[in-house]
Amino acid sequence: MTGFLTLLYKELLRFWKVVFQTVAAPILTALLYLLIFSHVLEDRVQVYPRVSYSAFLIPGLAMMSLLQNAFANSSSSLIQSKITGNIVFVLLSPVSHFEFFLAYVAAAAVRGVIVGTGVLLATAAFISLPIHNLLWILLFAVLGSAILGVLGIVAGIWADKFDQLAAFQNFAIVPMTFLSGVFYSIHSLPPFWQQISHLNPFFYMIDGFRYGFFGVSDVSPLLSLGIVAGALLALSFATLSLIRRGYKLRA
Amino acid sequence: MNPAIEIRGLTKRFGALTALTDVDLEIPQGEFFALLGPNGAGKTTLISILAGLARADVGSARIMGHDVVSHYRQARAALGVVPQELVFDPFFTVRETLRIQSGYFGLRNNDRWIEEILARLDLTAKADSNMRALSGGMKRRVLVGQALVHRPPVIILDEPTAGVDVELRQTLWEFIRQLNADGHTIVLTTHYLEEAETLCQRVGMLKQGRLVALDSTRELLMRFSGVRLRLRLSDGELPEALKPLVTSASPAGEWLLGLRDHAQVEDVLAQIRRSGRHVVAMEVTEADLEEVFVAIMQGN
Repeated sequence: MTGFLTLLYKELLRFWKVVFQTVAAPILTALLYLLIFSHVLEDRVQVYPRVSYSAFLIPGLAMMSLLQNAFANSSSSLIQSKITGNIVFVLLSPVSHFEFFLAYVAAAAVRGVIVGTGVLLATAAFISLPIHNLLWILLFAVLGSAILGVLGIVAGIWADKFDQLAAFQNFAIVPMTFLSGVFYSIHSLPPFWQQISHLNPFFYMIDGFRYGFFGVSDVSPLLSLGIVAGALLALSFATLSLIRRGYKLRA
Repeated sequence: MNPAIEIRGLTKRFGALTALTDVDLEIPQGEFFALLGPNGAGKTTLISILAGLARADVGSARIMGHDVVSHYRQARAALGVVPQELVFDPFFTVRETLRIQSGYFGLRNNDRWIEEILARLDLTAKADSNMRALSGGMKRRVLVGQALVHRPPVIILDEPTAGVDVELRQTLWEFIRQLNADGHTIVLTTHYLEEAETLCQRVGMLKQGRLVALDSTRELLMRFSGVRLRLRLSDGELPEALKPLVTSASPAGEWLLGLRDHAQVEDVLAQIRRSGRHVVAMEVTEADLEEVFVAIMQGN
């Protein structure tokens, strides 16, 4: 337990020491998105009845920032440790496979949730959001950031150089978050693209999260919860087996 | 009592390259052991397998009786490794680094021992400096400290004095000697053979992944070397009967003879007297581990 707590503490301290880069910057980016998109679209788009476009956008932006930062935390920490070689300090220790996994996921989730909360708080100054059910909000925030934390572990272990990690981020994570309904409801899409969107697991994270605020969603929040929780379990299982085999970590 | 390290039939391949071939090695508790071999002989691979950083293809390894794969947590808790590469985490200070390392080993309140490590490695003044601000030698000391935070019964140092100044080398060896005197088993790889010769009770030599020599330091020195006799004679020529003993000759008329032992020196001098020559200059030296090493690596 102490091994896990120490690794978690180390991971938290790592991003907290560069908090401007790891927390403040993504919050500012989300505010810029809000400023621009709401300025352009506020009077032209209404996704749900009685919900302004800006209000619709905010949970999406918060979730997008949360997901991207959770991924960035575990992936960048692992690849930095691998490239500088200091990953050896953990590998030499009796920290178990599961503790190792859990510490990286938990630290990623903490950073994700802090950034997501930061976006919500920062935007609260401009637009007040309803809260339909806080439990759904928290549930999807934690599950979503955990999934991306796990994906970050996979990417961080797999990538041998920063370039490969950036490719994973730019060609997989970013498109999947952008196309998951952050900026629009998938009901506004042609039927074909609606079907495609249903294959994107990120869509369920954002849709479920948004349900917590408005009590309205594109699909049932229970379905979203099932898919998101199932994805987390399956990914965790696969990732733990990678760690247990020592894939790219132990020769 | 379990051996500190027990290696059975260890083979490790990296693709087409066989890094270790069927290595057997047992190191009893309390020993100060040197693992020697040229670059690429497999020393670091062997250490990596013991530390769990690499996995053997065939064979097994145990630390204090714990298998390094099936009981990896107990095995790692019993082992402290100073890696060869100068690695550090640039986010933390020296003290944070040691506290975090303690935590990985399940130790919460370890500050008293950490302070002692800092003092013994002459790092107290740098305890709150960021790792980035440290010189290479200082970073090396922190690596040693990190390997010791959990007071492991077995300590492996992979070339701990590479690129370290003389003063630190001495402080470091003093500390390591003390740890050995306190009962810790020490395994050392080094390129400075005189260090192995003065510190270690037993030596193992690896060549192309095979353990080609394993004996006490004293036995190895006796078995492989004996005595060197350097001579200059009155007319520069050596009696015919002594020529088979010559290992090298210099154009300046200096002869180097390899002898079994000190007693043979007397025979040599007698031969010289009988031939009517006399000795102008003479030096008797005992061979060192370096010569043994070279002899073994050349396959003699």
